[in-house]
Amino acid sequence: MGSDSNTPQQFTEQASEIQAQMVTVEIEGKPFQVPAGVTLMKAMWYAGKEVLRGAGCLGGFCGACATYYRTKDDPKVKTCLACSMAVEDGMSFSFMPAFPARKAIYDLTELKDPKQDLFELYPEAPLCRNCNACTEACPQKIDVREGVWKAVFGDFKAVSDMFMDCVMCGMCAPVCIADIAPNLVAVYASRAQGVHFTEKPKGLATRIKKIADGDYQEDWDRILQLSDEELQNTTASIT
Amino acid sequence: MDITAQQNLVHQTRDARRAIDFPKLSPAERDALIKKYHPDHRGHAYRPIKFGPNAGDSTVKEVATLLEGDSSIPADFNLTPEYSVDVLVVGGGGAGCAAALHAHAAGSNVLLATKLRLGDSNSVMAQGGMQIAVGPDDSPVQHFLDTLKGGHMKNDHDLLKVMVEEGPSIGQWLLELGVLFDRQSDGNLHVKKGGGSSKARLLTCSDYTGLEIMRVLKDEVLNQKVPLLEFGAVVELLSDGKGTCTGAVLQDLDNKRHVVVAAKSVILATGGIGRLHIQGFPTSNHYGATGDALVLAYRMGVPLVQIDTFQYHPSGGVYPEQLVGALVTEGIRSEGGHLVNAKGDRFVNELDTRDVVSSSIIKECEEGRGVRTAAGRSGVWLDTPLLDVAHGPGTLDKHFPAMVRQYERYQVDIRKDPVLIYPTLHYQNGGVKIDVTGETPAPNLFVAGEASGGLHGRNRLMGNSLLDLMVFGKRAGQTAAERAKSLPQGALTLDHVAKFREEAKRHHVSSGLNSPMVLPAYTRQV
Repeated sequence: MGSDSNTPQQFTEQASEIQAQMVTVEIEGKPFQVPAGVTLMKAMWYAGKEVLRGAGCLGGFCGACATYYRTKDDPKVKTCLACSMAVEDGMSFSFMPAFPARKAIYDLTELKDPKQDLFELYPEAPLCRNCNACTEACPQKIDVREGVWKAVFGDFKAVSDMFMDCVMCGMCAPVCIADIAPNLVAVYASRAQGVHFTEKPKGLATRIKKIADGDYQEDWDRILQLSDEELQNTTASIT
Repeated sequence: MDITAQQNLVHQTRDARRAIDFPKLSPAERDALIKKYHPDHRGHAYRPIKFGPNAGDSTVKEVATLLEGDSSIPADFNLTPEYSVDVLVVGGGGAGCAAALHAHAAGSNVLLATKLRLGDSNSVMAQGGMQIAVGPDDSPVQHFLDTLKGGHMKNDHDLLKVMVEEGPSIGQWLLELGVLFDRQSDGNLHVKKGGGSSKARLLTCSDYTGLEIMRVLKDEVLNQKVPLLEFGAVVELLSDGKGTCTGAVLQDLDNKRHVVVAAKSVILATGGIGRLHIQGFPTSNHYGATGDALVLAYRMGVPLVQIDTFQYHPSGGVYPEQLVGALVTEGIRSEGGHLVNAKGDRFVNELDTRDVVSSSIIKECEEGRGVRTAAGRSGVWLDTPLLDVAHGPGTLDKHFPAMVRQYERYQVDIRKDPVLIYPTLHYQNGGVKIDVTGETPAPNLFVAGEASGGLHGRNRLMGNSLLDLMVFGKRAGQTAAERAKSLPQGALTLDHVAKFREEAKRHHVSSGLNSPMVLPAYTRQV
């Protein structure tokens, strides 16, 4: 992009030529040279790898690209989303394979006592041994261990607040020595909070009834018979 | 000048800027700005489609080429079905999940196929919220008028009326499934004002609205045991030879095997086109946004509407380089965040419609008032620290946790420093022609969500997509399910493909390109 005009902006989803410096990373145990600063996902493409399982929204929300990584000389294996993390020299990484955690099946409206029902649906939930590995594994920095205990003690409101950031990458599950899938427990608790323990908004019910009763019919009749020009003038006057 | 030095100007001018009320443009001013700067008006990026239902209509070259592409399925393909279902839903985002859940609830035998995993979609990324007219001073009619104004009066009135009127009951449905929308202290739904809207009408779940809705819908699809085929891409539709849709050919991407599905109805909910990178734009879209429904419906003889207009979201990331094209939530502007050029000035009312705001950003950059990065890109500032200044410390942390995290990963603190943005390819305004049930002119072929067209006119209003998905996903699912009760399964043929190939030959189109694209070719050839 030599000129001042930047339309369209130079774009490349692979490596950028603008980043001349190369770094060495290990992908699934094998070294590759990739441009410095690209995301782990783009490094995969640059290395010539076809990505099917592992790419989703590419925006840090869907959890498809859950990845284990380690930086140079650090023994600690950490977690990240490959679409939202930049490579650095000496980094090693691999996608997390699909993990066969068990999801309980339930009909939320049928539940009589959701806080007790948790122990039927996820009997492993109270067996947490406080190792904190789930919290350390969370790329969203959720206090997962605390969330599991909140669920066990019936504080579903706290669970729903804490897990609003959860992208369901599932990286908390493989590390659990009690075979809990904390993200699934959290979805259950959060939905139960919404269905059973949250006030029904009165304004919404009123609006639905008004629509059903035809309260807006007069407005519709007036609006829908306007000519294009009249309609345009009507909308132009809206501020 | 390095980025930090340029950022200081934003800090220095903040107080002065806050004293100014920037007016919205008049309709005539909007039109003039858009005509001059919006990418929809760059003639050289467009060409007429050579044949098919939209022959002669102009669209971006990338889309035209795909529409004219050839099917990957040979004429003598064995069409013995592996599945036989009432309703085949293709796509695992919001529209697909809504369609599958409603068809299933209506007693249909459903198969949900999606080329990535269930939920991997644009829906999951929606941060700004969902427009539903719930406020006491608001009404569906007001929602209708705002949307019409935003769409430059080109919206399909019937589709739009249905969407705004069914909005509140969709809100109710999501609450019943356990979606936790933000509330006011009195228990009513909290609403925020979105760009181009006259009333506060955005229902939100902090800045994770799409994520929260999709977590719930995915969980419910699994609870209902709707049969799923993940990594199953649709590569062709099937017809009875008389223009009625009767099924589809899928490809299992894990093993490349083709899977023939006989279906009384097919609902395409495959989303938009961001990954075609039209006009070289980066995109906010998910990995699979390659316009598959456009291609397949077109080959069945279904016309597309307003396929020359696309939405470039005003706030795509520019810096750091890892966030190029990534969406920066519109919520920042809803809450009063300023857009600031390299001179430290505001240049547009930040709550004008997306096409106006994007055009004005492009104008600033083209006229030399953009901020340049070391990588050679330019953009304008979005003054994020202003929110903490205006509404108190902790505002960003409380209302924009996703965005704080998005930048924290690259050592950028949006509480302290503004961020650079430039428009990113975000949404396909038009799409496959549908009626109020989501059905296309090809009987038993339905399209829901971004893949469909007409509802949004020439510019979609913020927050209307999440509602569109739910309303037309539901309508398509319910209509298809109802129809399946009395409808026999039609014959499975590729006659429409043969006809399309003949037409391609007659127009001397032989690009050799197979479509749909399914996934973008990002892998470097090494």
